[in-house]
Amino acid sequence: MHELSIVTGIIDIALREAEKAHADMIEAIELDIGCLTTIEMTAFDFAWRQAIKGTLLEGCTRIVNRIEGRARCLDCDTVFGLQQVYDACTGCGSHWIAIEEGRQLSVRALTIS
Amino acid sequence: MCATCGCDTVTTKKASRQVVEVERDVLHENNLLAERNRGYFLAKDILAINLVSSPGSGKTTLLERTLTDMKGQCTFAVIEGDQQTTNDADRIHATGTKVTQINTGKGCHLDAHMIHHALEGMRPPGESILFIENVGNLVCPAMFDLGEKQRVVVMSVTEGDDKPLKYPDMFYSSTLCIINKTDLLPYVPFDIEKARSNVHKVKADLPIIELSCLSGEGLNVWYEWLLSK
Repeated sequence: MHELSIVTGIIDIALREAEKAHADMIEAIELDIGCLTTIEMTAFDFAWRQAIKGTLLEGCTRIVNRIEGRARCLDCDTVFGLQQVYDACTGCGSHWIAIEEGRQLSVRALTIS
Repeated sequence: MCATCGCDTVTTKKASRQVVEVERDVLHENNLLAERNRGYFLAKDILAINLVSSPGSGKTTLLERTLTDMKGQCTFAVIEGDQQTTNDADRIHATGTKVTQINTGKGCHLDAHMIHHALEGMRPPGESILFIENVGNLVCPAMFDLGEKQRVVVMSVTEGDDKPLKYPDMFYSSTLCIINKTDLLPYVPFDIEKARSNVHKVKADLPIIELSCLSGEGLNVWYEWLLSK
């Protein structure tokens, strides 16, 4: 249940930004969550609902961009999409790959007023 | 004039909506503290090793053997992470090694902040090896950098040989994989070839050391690896 730590981290970042801008409310928050991170969305949603209670984020719209996994093969240079970090290169079957996308976990933007 | 009641009160509440581009990694705070720990380790010439595994794979036994066998060759210190009890810290203490226990309570992983505080309290000796035994959990600790130089994932032959595929992130983020309890291989259906192949599917260049803390087989390879780091 590390999702609660992650949610708490997101809330801290959002509240700090809102305070900096002297915002009265946070209308929307946009998150990037890569598909290759260990975030289980059901657990994330559950933690989110509980953790935002009584904060400026309560009632805000949450937008989650799920970033698809993408890797480059170190053997044949093919760039391919991957669902799991252990997927082999679709070009040559090699496991010598460099993951380029899908591990992001960040707060992209806030809409405040 | 107010349209509702005709009074002269001005009701222009500001309504300036704005979008703030934050672009901040959620683990930013943890990563900053981890870098701070890393700087501390570097300055004091401490080799910090984060030991991760599922519960019961033999992390503490491996530590006990290592601390006993290598006594005199290196200086050691240990940080023990568990949800409850000081059982593991007591076992390490019995080997004569400096040890600090972190109880995470309900927490499922150690983070850089906890390590930072543990270091303040214990002040590990310089030119030493610091083992950080994480909470037995192959999921949550994967995301949290503690500032370690090496992350060692331990799996044992009494688990499934598909562990690396079930918990790929932990294996992906590790720098060494230990397959423990090899003395039990004749008695369990664990396919070590398959296990090796599964490890390398997740991370093609992850070194593997196979050993048994009971028979001592393979421990010398582990000790050589430690001394080389």
